Amino acid sequence: MRVLAALSGGVDSAVAAARAVEAGHDVVGVHMALSRSRAQHRNGSRGCCSIEDASDARRAADVLGIPYYVWDLSERFEETVVADFLAEYAAGRTPNPCVRCNEHIKFAALLDRAVALGFDAVCTGHYARISTDGAGARHELHRGAAQEKDQSYVLAVMGPERLARSIFPLGDAPSKATVRAEADRRGLAVSGKPDSYDICFVADGDTKGFLRDRLGASPGPVVDADGVVVGEHDGAYAYTVGQRRGLKLGRPASDGRPRYVLSVRPVDNTVVVGPREALAVTELTGGDVVWLAADVPAAEWTRAEVQVRAHGTPVGAGVRRAGARLDVRLDEPVRGVAPGQSVVAYAGTRVLGQATLVDRA
Amino acid sequence: MTEKPYHAYLDHAATTPVRRAAVDAFVRASASVGNPSSSHAFGRAARRLVDEAREGVAAALGAQPGEVILTGGGTEADNLAVKGLFWSRRSADPRRTRVLVSAIEHHAVLDAARWLAEHDGAQVVELPVDSRGRLDLEVLDAQLDLHADEVALISVMWANNEVGTLQPVDDVVAAARRHGIPVHSDAVQALGHVPVDFATSGLAALALSGHKLGAPVGVGALVARRDVELTPVLHGGGQERGVRSGTVPAALAASLAAGLAAAVDAREREAARISALRDELLDGILASIPGVTARGAAPGPGRLPGNLHLTVDDADAEVMLFLLDSAGIAASSGSACQAGVEQVSHVLSAMGVGDEQARGALRLSLGHTSTLDDVEAVLAALPAVVERSRLARKAF
Repeated sequence: MRVLAALSGGVDSAVAAARAVEAGHDVVGVHMALSRSRAQHRNGSRGCCSIEDASDARRAADVLGIPYYVWDLSERFEETVVADFLAEYAAGRTPNPCVRCNEHIKFAALLDRAVALGFDAVCTGHYARISTDGAGARHELHRGAAQEKDQSYVLAVMGPERLARSIFPLGDAPSKATVRAEADRRGLAVSGKPDSYDICFVADGDTKGFLRDRLGASPGPVVDADGVVVGEHDGAYAYTVGQRRGLKLGRPASDGRPRYVLSVRPVDNTVVVGPREALAVTELTGGDVVWLAADVPAAEWTRAEVQVRAHGTPVGAGVRRAGARLDVRLDEPVRGVAPGQSVVAYAGTRVLGQATLVDRA
Repeated sequence: MTEKPYHAYLDHAATTPVRRAAVDAFVRASASVGNPSSSHAFGRAARRLVDEAREGVAAALGAQPGEVILTGGGTEADNLAVKGLFWSRRSADPRRTRVLVSAIEHHAVLDAARWLAEHDGAQVVELPVDSRGRLDLEVLDAQLDLHADEVALISVMWANNEVGTLQPVDDVVAAARRHGIPVHSDAVQALGHVPVDFATSGLAALALSGHKLGAPVGVGALVARRDVELTPVLHGGGQERGVRSGTVPAALAASLAAGLAAAVDAREREAARISALRDELLDGILASIPGVTARGAAPGPGRLPGNLHLTVDDADAEVMLFLLDSAGIAASSGSACQAGVEQVSHVLSAMGVGDEQARGALRLSLGHTSTLDDVEAVLAALPAVVERSRLARKAF
């Protein structure tokens, strides 16, 4: 196959590309320039689109002996991922930009370009497995073998057609440590590079500051469940459901117990706080359903495990699809679930589908 | 796919293979030790190499040896000319803060001038060009009529690196001479391709680069008349008339002189051969691919012999270069300097080419090692490349 390997400049994508080369594919490396200010210096592990990362990606391609190009997708990234991130926070929701990047950039813009240029598939360093039935007609997405690195949660959004054009060579890697060791063995200089974390376009990791810069300060009240004002904030968008730290409430709660953000109301620019138990929810409603498992349609209530955050624990649940909507009844309550988050349904290691949370109770 | 050897190198304007004579000169000269500034026998031997190189460079350009200031390359030579002339002219006469440059200068000139505007009070005027990329002399004359007393220098390149159009350097010098204004010309792309004679040009300064003519990367020169005052950019040991400090690299100097001499000796013959190949390439492309526009001056005496510049409607440079590269053909969108992320060319913009068409820019540049096989390789591959690029447009 002709394979386009996305090279971020990190360890995972470099080893994934190496494995694709070894599997006998014709591999070309592409680094996506996603930031509009590429000169921005980032410390150590943050981000994936600094000049250093591009150069690390190029050096990995050199070692693998594959051609390497930089594709500028910064405009598309800004218009989709960053714009969505800002709009979602402004609307009081909690977006997951990695999900949006997979939806709009990696398995959309990048994949579309690759296909248009004659490639058969895109290869990335994600920790997830794709299995096919004998005929290769049905592609299933499964959790990666490396439990602590599993990224199936952020990948379900790409949908079944794009799954068929994706390759995740690290799906069966037992751990990140083995991938690092493999990078070292292959002479890839990025083997010791720290893991990336946080949001790549928030260079200093200060999401609150980033939102304030881009959305402007907008002071308003913090109230308790009875509507009593207990503090103030400089922008409701900077709060996320389930958050406890950084509330800076002057007055302690009457019962003396810690308070959590229960909801964010952009309409009247208000943050509502309350006790931890008020966060517990058992019923979820998702929108924009993307369903991968055609053989498990879930048109009626179907047993599954549901995960509501990237490295959260799956909870047993009944799920039911109704058009673009997904209804979820959890066996036990979960806390701190915010509108905007992805709700992913699993059957064992297999991803059935996902939706974006619109409501919960 | 693993990297494979190229079938066709059509990016000579980015850098051209080092000529045999230049390699030999470098190897010979680098075998001996000696700092040209030392007074002992080793130093004298190195000094001799440098002096011979200086004489060789001067002879090839119609200049005097004392006019040759060796530099680390073309960019440094341009920076020294623009900044050095600006600073010295302004300190002689504080009114002289105006810098006139063509809008299609290489960034080595353009950004040096813009830096002076941003940081050092220069007023930079970017002179327009016509649709073929040739300087508009009327605008220059108008500037001089209005502001001659304020002009520190004029910088107009000999030949444009992207679209290959030769500039009316003689006319610029004639206009400037009436006002006693020094003219610098970036001749990096011109040397070895078109006749250049420094003495008869009337220029105050001229920049050249080794690796564009068959000498190694890392060496170049600013040829500057002895009566032209230059304020140094690099300070140190006072080498090269005190305007370019730093130990003179004897082996690189020898190699530059050998490469330049070889290029100039072969120029007439090579130019005829290369322009014939270029014309064949152009005719073949125009005959086989619709929606292609040749940019720059018409083939002939007003254009570099090895330069072919096209815009391809409904195609993206990035995609065409990728597909050509996959087919073993090395080309460029116009300049190798904006590595990585593509930007619309300031040269095409200055020529009035819209952004939409400029997105499909393709420069194919031939040089001393080009053959008919190269031309045929492009003619065989390009139609499918353009077709695929156009189909891929939707995804880009």
